[in-house]
Amino acid sequence: MSGFTIASIPREELLAPGHRMCQGCGAAIVMRHLLKALGKDVIIAHATGCVEVTTSLYPETAWRVPWIHVAFENAAAVASGIEAAVKALKKKGEISPEKKIKVVAIGGDGGTVDIGLQALSGMLERGHNILYILYDNEAYMNTGIQRSGATPLYAWTTTTPAGKVWRGEWRRKKDIVGIVKAHGVPYTATVNFAYISDFYTKLKKASEIDGPTFIHAYAPCVPGWRYEPHLTVKIAKLAVQTGIWVNYEIDGDSFRVTTPVSKRLPVEEYLRAQGRFAHLTGEEVEMIQKMVDEDVDYINKLAGSVVIGPVERK
Amino acid sequence: MSKVIPLSGNYAVAYAVKAADVDVVAAYPITPQTAVVEKVAEFVANGELDAEFLHVESEHSALSAVLGASAAGARVFTATSAQGLLLMYEIMHIASTARLPIVMGIATRAISAPINIWCDHSDFMAASDTGWIMLMALNAQEAHDLIIAAYRIAEDPRVHIPVAVGYDGFIVSHTVEPVDVVEREKAIKYAPKRVTWYTLNPEKPMTMGSLASPDWYFEFRVQLQNAIESSREVISEAFTDFKHYFGREYREIDSFYTDDADVVLVSMGSATGTVLAFVEEARRAGMKVGLLNVRLFRPFPEVEIAKHLENAKVVAVLDRAMNAGSSFVGPLYSDIVVTMFKRGLDIPVINHITGLGGRAVLKSYVESIVKHAYSLVGKKMRDIERHYSFIGVRE
Amino acid sequence: MSTLPGWRKIPRGAVILEPGSSVRYKTASWRVLKPIIDQDKCIRCRICWTYCPEPAILELDQQYTSKSGRVYRVTYTVDYDYCKGCGICAEECPVRAISMVEEVR
Repeated sequence: MSGFTIASIPREELLAPGHRMCQGCGAAIVMRHLLKALGKDVIIAHATGCVEVTTSLYPETAWRVPWIHVAFENAAAVASGIEAAVKALKKKGEISPEKKIKVVAIGGDGGTVDIGLQALSGMLERGHNILYILYDNEAYMNTGIQRSGATPLYAWTTTTPAGKVWRGEWRRKKDIVGIVKAHGVPYTATVNFAYISDFYTKLKKASEIDGPTFIHAYAPCVPGWRYEPHLTVKIAKLAVQTGIWVNYEIDGDSFRVTTPVSKRLPVEEYLRAQGRFAHLTGEEVEMIQKMVDEDVDYINKLAGSVVIGPVERK
Repeated sequence: MSKVIPLSGNYAVAYAVKAADVDVVAAYPITPQTAVVEKVAEFVANGELDAEFLHVESEHSALSAVLGASAAGARVFTATSAQGLLLMYEIMHIASTARLPIVMGIATRAISAPINIWCDHSDFMAASDTGWIMLMALNAQEAHDLIIAAYRIAEDPRVHIPVAVGYDGFIVSHTVEPVDVVEREKAIKYAPKRVTWYTLNPEKPMTMGSLASPDWYFEFRVQLQNAIESSREVISEAFTDFKHYFGREYREIDSFYTDDADVVLVSMGSATGTVLAFVEEARRAGMKVGLLNVRLFRPFPEVEIAKHLENAKVVAVLDRAMNAGSSFVGPLYSDIVVTMFKRGLDIPVINHITGLGGRAVLKSYVESIVKHAYSLVGKKMRDIERHYSFIGVRE
Repeated sequence: MSTLPGWRKIPRGAVILEPGSSVRYKTASWRVLKPIIDQDKCIRCRICWTYCPEPAILELDQQYTSKSGRVYRVTYTVDYDYCKGCGICAEECPVRAISMVEEVR
């Protein structure tokens, strides 16, 4: 739609190397590109989490844009205050009214769907001109892989270990986009960097809207998901190809799948690539396949046509 | 030109916020503070105050939002009480070490459980270790004036520390008194809006709220201690200038008849009025009783306080809060005991916990406190069997 | 005692005034495998540069003429000061122009 291609990615790096994010970190790829997509005229409020601690170790910072971290649960509230200050200071002439400043909040899944949910809800409901970005690595990775409300069904984590009684996480992932959408925000979308043009198109669109917008970004985690670091992009692509992750946007009331998948791969291919699902029995894999099938049916219903096709077995 | 109008303590605080031309206000309703933000909302709604008003979903977010706004260069205000302050507690520590000049009003109230909306100092005292500068107002006029002084102190380039102004829930917050309202022009001249702290700005990107390893964390905590200690000079200047601008005089502590007093009472907040009424009666009756009122609680003005306790034979401290299970029980008492011990003043220092959860502090209580104090004259601290008592409670 | 600056000498509130100063911290030592780009095989598709999490692949305005005579305006090189050796670049390279070899120190 926008004609954005890999060649359009700006060269300037607003995230400096030397950060301590892990080898092959998916969240690092998310951060690097979201900064490129948003440009320099931003102020970022960041929730506590792995990206926060690995990029701001005193006396050095990886950030080349104004950035603040306050606590775990309040990135959306801090961003709200920053946005209000920018507005007030523009009105009083302390900041030039023409100056474009986009306020951005960033949080991981714990900081967003669990402990930060209340502050996020307040921010969305008050209608601030803020883009909130959730980088979702599906557990509390900073503290060592504990389950969060965004941990997927049957995933091993250190607090949902696979044992004789427990089989990993037994609850389904929280539908954060649904929760955000219920606030009536003008724009919300999911992104996966394996589809980089889609990623940029949505980030730009979300940042240009004057109002609260939300981006749910897929962020594979090497130690938490237990795979070899070179596979980060492979796994990200598999997530979309198997339909366990769907790239879509909700622009006003219009729902659109932005990365259609005509023939899905069996979800087993995604699961078997990661150690966090290594304990699964064939039956459990089938349960997850059934869950994905249901989710895909729901997506197709929202889309009004079959945009995510059936599983094609080899 | 000054204008005296009848105002409650809460409204007096709101008028101060208006006079200070605050840019961003974020607050959440809680009794007895609510009327402050109602009034501020009214000012904004009527165009009398040009501020962004954030209807946040909790006190945690209220302080977080004003912290963010302060970091972006705005003059900010929030207010709360009791549970609300406890919800802010995490962010209070961050605000002080981040060195952001936030100003907050605290209409003091008892902490649950049981839930109780009435006055005591449990909330204010719970915040005493957060690194904020803390002032306690005696009445609506003081609440008004100290909020204005708070901006001058907090935003001073030598300070950059948040300031909390306490005033007693209901007793001050809801009592209407004549208040000499400061005009904006004069308030801004006294406390000019100049952003000298680090701010978030795309023209000059910086990172705030970094992670400090054991190699660095300690240094930032020491910075805070040093800054709050040396803020004394700025606070004193701010009070001196306040008198010059507005004619009203404030000191870190108020002393009454302490020069030749055998028994010195120490009190904070609205109860000071009751204590003073008794002290004056006692003086007329020939009893050598004195009184110290603590206005500046953090940084604790121990040198000045000690000066007034040097000649006393017994000191009795009234606390409107308690720290169950500690060696001191009353929090103000602990500061007084340490102050005296450090100077080798070995006389009995007794703690009286009173007025919890909105129970009235009666003049007759003060009378019994003084009577008890006289019974200890000539003793040393180690001679005292029980250092604290509860006054006005049923056995 | 450490030779790091004392509390009087550092900015208030743990603020970091120099943006992007993490470049001072070299992450090269994290690397076990080292990517080598074969400039003749490389088709300048930008994928390795795009997916580097550091970023440690540099896109330089440096002309390169391949053995087959093809002229490229840009050259991709690895910044070995920061490359952690994750191998995403080699894995994602569509023409297998990047090989991961053992790091010898």
